[in-house]
Amino acid sequence: MTVRVQTDDFDVAHEIAMLRAGDARVGAVASFIGTVRDVNDATAVSTMSLEHYPGMTEKALEAIVAEARARFDILDALVIHRVGTLQPTDQIVLVAVTSAHRGDAFDACRFVMDYLKTRAPFWKKEQTAGGARWVDARVGDDAAAARWERDAQGPTSGQAT
Amino acid sequence: MPDSANSPQAAVTLRLVYLARLRDAFGMAGESFAAPGEPPTVATLLAALRARGGVWNEELAAGRAVRVAVNHELAAAGTVLAAGDEVALLPPVTGG
Repeated sequence: MTVRVQTDDFDVAHEIAMLRAGDARVGAVASFIGTVRDVNDATAVSTMSLEHYPGMTEKALEAIVAEARARFDILDALVIHRVGTLQPTDQIVLVAVTSAHRGDAFDACRFVMDYLKTRAPFWKKEQTAGGARWVDARVGDDAAAARWERDAQGPTSGQAT
Repeated sequence: MPDSANSPQAAVTLRLVYLARLRDAFGMAGESFAAPGEPPTVATLLAALRARGGVWNEELAAGRAVRVAVNHELAAAGTVLAAGDEVALLPPVTGG
């Protein structure tokens, strides 16, 4: 498992090739890429700066990936999150997960993103015509992460047979 | 109890870190801070910072979604603080 916080852009094809290189157990790769939009809350965004809390952010991401490994039958996972100044259309984040079958790859990928949105210390600041503003956390993000708390009790108990 | 009158409390000096919106609001990225309380906890630290008034009281008011990390781990109100701890105040996260 790999977690990286970096200012540089990333090459998705290269990263996924590295993630599954030589592992013939892999039958599924699911990935998510988050990108910078040019509009947020009906206001044009010219640039976005992303900051993190060095030390804690990496630990938080590693804990999220470890949690995904415990919950889902996956082979490997990769999280890359950029910081610094980004422009609309730029890539922000990549989550990629490998597994034998698609279900676990899809679920684990979504789980990692949902937890990252609510638990990993990153903050976005947008530059708009009206000045700079810190992006507010969304209630919907908490709801998305909370969904996994409920799911944790459901499906697993029914799998005994 | 009997000894406390004569043994001066060693000041518990913390390294405070203010992140993102809080750094802007407080006008500093962090500071060295002698924490009150016996023992000092996250709750006594926040109370001391609120007592500065103004923007400190506003941003750290009860009900504001500020989380506290001690040495890079999320902490609770009752978490006891020790000398040299790095205590960070985190606004709600917005990555991804």
